[in-house]
Amino acid sequence: MTDTYVATEAEIQAYVDGQLSPTQRTQVEVYLAEHPEVAEQASAYQKQNQLLHGLFDHVLDEPLPERLTSVTTTKFQRKVYRIAAVLAWVMLGGVSGFLLRGEVNHTLVATEPFTERAAIAHVVYSAEMLHPVEVGVDQEKHLLQWLSKRLGHPLHAPDLTGFGYQLMGGRLLPGDTGGAAAQFMYQSKTGSRLSLYVSVRDKGTAQTAFRIEEQDGQQLMYWVDDDLGFALVGEKDRKRLLEMARVTYQAMSY
Amino acid sequence: MAHHPFTEHIPGLRRYAIALLRDRSLADDLVQDTLERGLKKFSLFQVGSDLRAWLFTIMHNLFINQVPRTKLWQQNTPPEDIHSGSELAEEMVTARDFMQALQLLTEEQRVIILLIGLEQLSYEQTAQVLDLPVGTVMSRLARARERLRLLMNGEAGPQLRRVK
Repeated sequence: MTDTYVATEAEIQAYVDGQLSPTQRTQVEVYLAEHPEVAEQASAYQKQNQLLHGLFDHVLDEPLPERLTSVTTTKFQRKVYRIAAVLAWVMLGGVSGFLLRGEVNHTLVATEPFTERAAIAHVVYSAEMLHPVEVGVDQEKHLLQWLSKRLGHPLHAPDLTGFGYQLMGGRLLPGDTGGAAAQFMYQSKTGSRLSLYVSVRDKGTAQTAFRIEEQDGQQLMYWVDDDLGFALVGEKDRKRLLEMARVTYQAMSY
Repeated sequence: MAHHPFTEHIPGLRRYAIALLRDRSLADDLVQDTLERGLKKFSLFQVGSDLRAWLFTIMHNLFINQVPRTKLWQQNTPPEDIHSGSELAEEMVTARDFMQALQLLTEEQRVIILLIGLEQLSYEQTAQVLDLPVGTVMSRLARARERLRLLMNGEAGPQLRRVK
């Protein structure tokens, strides 16, 4: 058998690089044992690989220069959150926070499950330049009818122009108890965005006072009213956030 | 802290860039450009495909199109004071000969030697990075390795200083 078998050039290379299956490897080894010149070549090639590693592997142990680590940790972090959050929602069929659990808990400690969703939804869609909303404010009536119907509650988009925020529109999202949730997106003249997240909760959930979660400069104001949970995200000023929560609370209590 | 999917590939990209350019500052420029370009194009990256090969592809294209060739592989490492006879000295001489031999390869050959020999990309990954058929990668690799072997043996190209 070995008399007729001739190892190809490609097989010799793959042997050198350890890219052969065990069977192929044995076959090549038998061939090399009978062809010392080829064996010498193969061994020289392996030595080349060893030299390369000896010369350059130390680079792997060096601390990375700051300009390389900063590329992926600061400037684009928002984008990463966005991608990860979209993956978490789209691919896991609405099991939110799975990929992001560690991250989101780090920045926004959520005591109510819906607040975590509200935070993720804000991170995802407030960063969206082209499609921040599913239905725009130009179809406000339709938007409210649609979301009210899906959530099974009459919803109102609070008027926050007094705080400098214009309604952009809204979207439908999966809620935490298998139901639906709605997000209203607002934008200020300077482009900063605020979102109001409304989620259907289990019946009989106790009412809560306005609560604020704060971590790393991000704030989230939330409250529960009967079987709806509300969260406002995106405003840094606590006082304004509280005022907006009051306006929202009143708007929703019509 | 967010762990960006690129993070684990940065040391390898950097090792390759340093080996390829032999200039740390140019190498870090190349890695940085690669990461920034990668982040910009990340939406085009298909989930489930090979991120490492994708990043190396970006780096290779940037290298081909953007890195000034005049600076590369022209400076010789300054001769070091080697005490002959010791095992370490022997190794250092071999390493230096090897670096010089590598320098005598064509850029195409060097790229392929580094991607496969150093970064241990598979032949398919390398074919993807270089946008070549796998067969071409294999034959180019074989030629490059043989040339390197002959150079190390002092059998081809300009004579290298032999110590043994």
